[in-house]
Amino acid sequence: MSGTFAPAPGRAPMRTILGRQIRMELLLTARRGEAVVLAMGVPLLVMLGAGLFDVTNLPTDDRLGYVVPGVLALTVMSTAFTGQAITTGYERSYGVLKRLGASPLTRPGLLLAKTAAVLAQIVVQVLVLALVGLAVGWRPEAGALIPALGVTVLAAAGYSGLALLLASVLKPETTTGAATLIYVVMLSIGGIMFSAPALGAAGWFLLPLAAHAEALRATLMHGDAVPAGIWLALAAWAIVWPALAARGFRWE
Amino acid sequence: MEAIEVTGLRKTYGGRDAVAGIDLVVARGEIFALLGPNGAGKTTTVEILEGHRRRSAGDVRVLGEDPGRAGSAWRARIGIVLQDADDAADLTVHEMVRHIAGFYPDPRTSDEVIELVGLGAKRNAKIRTLSGGQRRRVDVALGIVGRPELLFLDEPTTGFDPEARRRFWDLIRTLAGDGTTILLTTHYLDEAEALADRLAVMAGGGIVAEGTPATLGGRGAGQARVSWMDGGTARTEQVSDPSDLIRGLVASGADLSTLTITRPTLEDTYLNLIGAQR
Repeated sequence: MSGTFAPAPGRAPMRTILGRQIRMELLLTARRGEAVVLAMGVPLLVMLGAGLFDVTNLPTDDRLGYVVPGVLALTVMSTAFTGQAITTGYERSYGVLKRLGASPLTRPGLLLAKTAAVLAQIVVQVLVLALVGLAVGWRPEAGALIPALGVTVLAAAGYSGLALLLASVLKPETTTGAATLIYVVMLSIGGIMFSAPALGAAGWFLLPLAAHAEALRATLMHGDAVPAGIWLALAAWAIVWPALAARGFRWE
Repeated sequence: MEAIEVTGLRKTYGGRDAVAGIDLVVARGEIFALLGPNGAGKTTTVEILEGHRRRSAGDVRVLGEDPGRAGSAWRARIGIVLQDADDAADLTVHEMVRHIAGFYPDPRTSDEVIELVGLGAKRNAKIRTLSGGQRRRVDVALGIVGRPELLFLDEPTTGFDPEARRRFWDLIRTLAGDGTTILLTTHYLDEAEALADRLAVMAGGGIVAEGTPATLGGRGAGQARVSWMDGGTARTEQVSDPSDLIRGLVASGADLSTLTITRPTLEDTYLNLIGAQR
């Protein structure tokens, strides 16, 4: 009889642990599918409103060409930053994260899994929005797709890092308030529905949404290269915030 | 090597000692219980041993490593049942247990563990729909699914009904019988008495007594109370060994149908120990 309950401790390979955590995050995301759809509501409204009607002054006649890249950038921020911060903040206050902290999952492992899950969510949302855009007449340049994807991954990683940092430092209600406020401020001054002022690398760092939108416009609207200042600013976001989160993240 | 060795452990919050320099040794294979009122420092101590909290001073070895620095390989060797994981996750019991099981190389199967904690009927229920006691049992399931060498249980049976508590005790005895070291904190003295090989009482951040359930706080050497009825009047005497007294009573032809002999219960001893601290 002895042996059935005998200790057999050990840790599964880190790749297995990570893979399982990513799957779990995706499963949880799917369970709140209505939130994923709702998260596309504002971007859709902006796209159809500002993209099809002359509600704002744009520096171009190609309204959809200008607005759709901005809307895609907004969606990335909405999901990777606002959604991530709020969900994680509540998970922390409910004790979900503390429970995971008792398992062999490491802190960087959790952050990586959460960021990967958010990226998967973004892929779906961007595809849907792009299809709607194409359906109403958006005609992007396809030649510079790789750099467009590159800046998007950088932006998502940076947003996710800052979101996880906020969620682990603030109370969940404060996190929700702060994440919403930052979202609204970025949406207002971020150059989505009208042109943002010209910014240097430091300015791009302060307004990542504007930087990302500008990069997507350069690539998808004109087929141009992404300005070096934007690469720099978004790369800094993708390094600084996740690194700070990996150091400072608290499970409880 | 001992499972847990603690010397001079201290934790200070804003100038106040939550844990005021305690020493503790838990041997491998032992069930060790930490008793004490709320605020005594039990949970703080356990969380430091689990690596969830930093200590202010002292030396701590858990399975030979410093929990403040140990990595995830060490973490995989211990099982933790948290005190207050209030999980509102949209996961079923089975999904959650299977998920955590996947973090270990040779886990128990999730169905086996779910049966062990008595949640078989709730296997496919969402965790957030469970009662408090049922959620505690999910915590227990998650704590043991990875076959840990050392299991921390922080007030594990809070919210259990009596039958579930008895089943839980059986489970803990089985785990310990097969070599798992167990450190348990509890408010329930009957629980400590039923399970623990050794126990320590904490109060005000310090350990005020340590021993086996039979000997804690001088309990084994305590006076026995002998009570009987003597021609309609209740008589009570306190003696260390009641043998002579009872022989005398038998010889005198006294009516012994109401005779009782009691020693201080663990609860009496405990309340004395705690009372002395206040």
